[in-house]
Order: sequence, then C-alpha cells, then structure tokens
Amino acid sequence: MTTIATTAPTTTARPRPVADVLTMLRRSLLRAVRYPGLTVFLVGGPMVMLLLFVYVFGGAFGGAFGAGVAPGITPGADGRAAYLDYITPTLLVITVVGGATSVAVSAAMDAASGIMSRFKTMAISPGSILSGHVLGFAVQAMIAVVLVLGAAIAMGYRPGADALDWLALAGLLVLLGICLDWLCVAMGLNARSVETASNTPMILLLLPFLGSGFVPVETMPTAVRWFAEHQPFTPVIDTVRGLLGGGAGLDGSTVVQAVAWCVVIGVAGYVWARALFRRERRL
Amino acid sequence: MTTSVRGPAIEVAGLRKSYRSKSGTQLVLDGVDLVVPAGTITALLGPNGSGKTTTVGVLSTLLAADAGTVRVAGHDVARAPDAVRASIGVTGQITAVDELLTGTENLRLMADLNHLGTAAGRRRTTDLLEQFGLAEAAGKPVATYSGGMKRKLDLAMTLVGTPSVVFLDEPTTGLDPRSRRTLWDEVRALVERGTTILLTTQYLEEADRLADSVAVLHDGRIVAEGTPAELKSVHDAGSLDEVFLALTEPPTDDEAGTDAAPAGPTQDKENVR
Repeated sequence: MTTIATTAPTTTARPRPVADVLTMLRRSLLRAVRYPGLTVFLVGGPMVMLLLFVYVFGGAFGGAFGAGVAPGITPGADGRAAYLDYITPTLLVITVVGGATSVAVSAAMDAASGIMSRFKTMAISPGSILSGHVLGFAVQAMIAVVLVLGAAIAMGYRPGADALDWLALAGLLVLLGICLDWLCVAMGLNARSVETASNTPMILLLLPFLGSGFVPVETMPTAVRWFAEHQPFTPVIDTVRGLLGGGAGLDGSTVVQAVAWCVVIGVAGYVWARALFRRERRL
Repeated sequence: MTTSVRGPAIEVAGLRKSYRSKSGTQLVLDGVDLVVPAGTITALLGPNGSGKTTTVGVLSTLLAADAGTVRVAGHDVARAPDAVRASIGVTGQITAVDELLTGTENLRLMADLNHLGTAAGRRRTTDLLEQFGLAEAAGKPVATYSGGMKRKLDLAMTLVGTPSVVFLDEPTTGLDPRSRRTLWDEVRALVERGTTILLTTQYLEEADRLADSVAVLHDGRIVAEGTPAELKSVHDAGSLDEVFLALTEPPTDDEAGTDAAPAGPTQDKENVR
C-alpha cells in the first residue's frame, strides 16, 4: 500500500499576535465564568474588609481622626463616615491587588497542568500565553473595583471626582492592575506548586496596611513611618484618594511617584516572568 | 507497509542534551541518531529515565539541544522553531487540557490558536468530538471527564491543526484496556491519512502492535533499531519484552533521574504472545 506522505504542505506560519492575545484573553475570562470562586473572592474579600473596617473599627478609628485632619475626608464628616471616606480608596487598591494574587494561581495551574507546554509547542505568539492571564485578571479586577465602589457608595460614600478625575483614576487602576499582574505571573511561575503560588503575592496585600491605607503615616513610629513613606502603595493610595476626592490636596509629585512605581513593578515583573517562561523545565 | 515518497519526516543526528542544575550536569542524551520516514509510526522504547521524554522535548521545540542536528517536517528545530511548531502536534506525558472549560471549548481554543477561522474551527471541533466519541460529553466541563476521556480530548486537541508529524509521549499510560485500544485505532487511522508518528511507550505490546519501526533508547543512546520482527529475530527473542530486557540493564542510581517510579524497567505483564 502506498500512502501519500505529507511531509510539508506547511501552511506558512504567519504570526498573529493580536489574534492570539485575544484568544488567550477569551480563555482567561471563560475560566473566570466557569470558576466563579476566584472572582467571588476577588469582590467578596474587599467587601468584607470594607464592612469590618467601617462598622467595627470605623467608630473608633474615624473618631480619632478628628474632622478634616486626614486627606480625602469630607469636611464635617466624623467617626464612621470619616473613616469610610478614608479607606474606600484603599479598598479599591486592595481589590486590584487581590486580582493580582489570583493571576499567580492561574499561571501556576497552567504550568503544572501541561497546557503551557502544549501552547509552547504551537505556532502562536509566545507572549500571548501569559498576556492572556494578565489582561483577563485586569478586566476582572476592574469589574470588582466597580462593585466594591458601588458597595461603598451604598454605605454612604460620596466621591467628589469630576469626569477627568474618573478617567485618571481608571487609568491608574488599570495600570496598577496590569503591572501587579505581571509581577504575580512571575511569582506564580516561580512557585513550586499551585498550592503555594499565592503565598508570595500575599505579601502585597500587607503593604497597604504598612502605608497610608488605613491610618495616616504621620501617626506611625519613625521606622515604620519611613518605610510607609517610601513604599509603592502609599503614593498609589494617596493618588487614588486624591482623585476620588476631586483632586483636593493631591500634588503632582505624588502622582508621578505612583505611576513610576507601577511602571517599575510592571517592567521588573514582565522581565522576570519572561525569563521564567523561557527557562527550560526538566522533562 | 508504507512507501515514503518525500524523505524522512524526522531526522536526528548526534543529538546531545544534558540538564544543568545546582547538583551538577547530568547527561541525558548522548548522541541520538534517529530517522522516521514520513507516514510511518516509530516507537521509542526505553526504561524510565532513559531520555524518551527529553528526546520528544527537543524534537517538539520545548528544549534546546546541546549538540547535533534535528530536522522535523523538513525544518531545523533550532533555526526555524515556528515552522516546526506549525507542522507538529504534541501529546505530552501530562494531559494538557483546560479542566475548567468544556470539551468543545478546549477544541475551539485550539482551532482559534491554529487560526482556522470560525466556520472551519466549528466544523473541525464537531468532527473531532464525533471521531473520538466525545460528542455526548462535549458540553460538560473537562474536570468531570474520566481519565480515558481526558486523554482522548488531549489527542483530539493535538490534531485540530492537522499536524503532519505527531509526537505521542506515553499516550496510553494509566488507561484501561478499552480506552487504550480506542486510542490505538485512532493512531492507526492517523497514519493511514499520511501522518508521521513518533510514539514513546513503556508498553512493549503497544510498540509491537502499532509501530512500523522500534528504536530502543538506553543510557542516552539508541541501542537497537528495526521492525518489531527484526528485533525479535536478531535477539532470538519471542517477544519485544525479551529484547527490551536483553538490551537495557537496570538503570544505575545516578540516572534514575526524574522518575519517582521504582527502579528497573517497567514490564508489561499483558505482553505474552
């Protein structure tokens, strides 16, 4: 019997990076729909914190602030209402961080399941494999941010932002999301197992507490205060707070620092993730 | 028997590969030469840790060779990895499916990544689901599939892009006899359509039944090559089992390598002929 050997009617491998990234983004979002547990955690976590901090700690913390002492607080507001003003911006940032910790799990799952090896042996844009996760979780984080903000508004929060502030706010949070996602993709690829993939990114969730997230840095002891003033989340949270408050008390250098930190984190995360992605895994 | 009209689909010459780690360098492939004519099945046989998976890794562009030349579907894997990728399909040792998606969604994902276009992608998905007996489970999440169903979907995903060369790394490990036979039928059907297949296996019966040619890998080298019948007659053996045992000494400690399996070659108890 003679079989016609088909050695090379090879369809010319024309790279189509945009199509590949969109396909991978669709996969990431489809996974989110199929596995809503992660998304619920994304929205649920910050909402629980919001309720806890406002209704349990808010009376005491907000009372200690005194009206008008900290930035972002509506003049005249006190106690619980003042504290809601103060921490709503923080919780939006924490929502974005939460999304990033989930990216680590997704990336680790891909690496462990063998599907990443399958993708690597296909004629697709290699960048699309990780970008799909990054963009997918950035989209999820933005949806979660809207829901958390909605909850804060339902609790009485009244942002003073105008259209331009909202636009800047959306831009900063998307930037923060994408940059943190790249860092967390790298952390996920670096993890030994899916179970430990979210351990390292968890440190990121602590940083807002060691910054201007929940209390003004001026109230902290010197060493902690120094750290708080020089870590990325303080300028990011201050910028979000300033934009939501309508730009009052927000100075340009804070915004520059916030954006610069995001870019540094994003570039470092991307370079690290790419190196880990290209690293040969022993077969 | 198949007659190849266009030359080999896989040509490997002097392939060397070692892994570097903190504990030192470990040589896995020590000059592998292998030729697989187009439209045939070659089985790569060898004990645990002999380098079968590493060979497939290099041939499928996942790993870079230290030395030697490797051409797959007419393209050099080092110089034109994307051309190679466009011609191959790989079913690795670990099942590579997205457990959260359904069977249909997994296949559609492959169709999109192969740039088939919506209509052609749909058709290909439906055909493959039908062909692998997965039509009924198509809309269910893969996490609910049995091991055999996952493996079938895995192979179907590999075939979406109609690859001319297919690598199957221990495709039937852990499958029950019925699933194994179904998979064998699919593999035979593929070859009838002109696909070239390189199969690694520990099941000697599998090699005996499927392969046109068998290459035995031991200590990073091909120690014997030929049709199953040739190997049996040269080694005066009644089965490939005996050939295998004659050719492969139990691995020494330092090459037990990645496999956590008990030392010594795995024997297929079913293979009594």
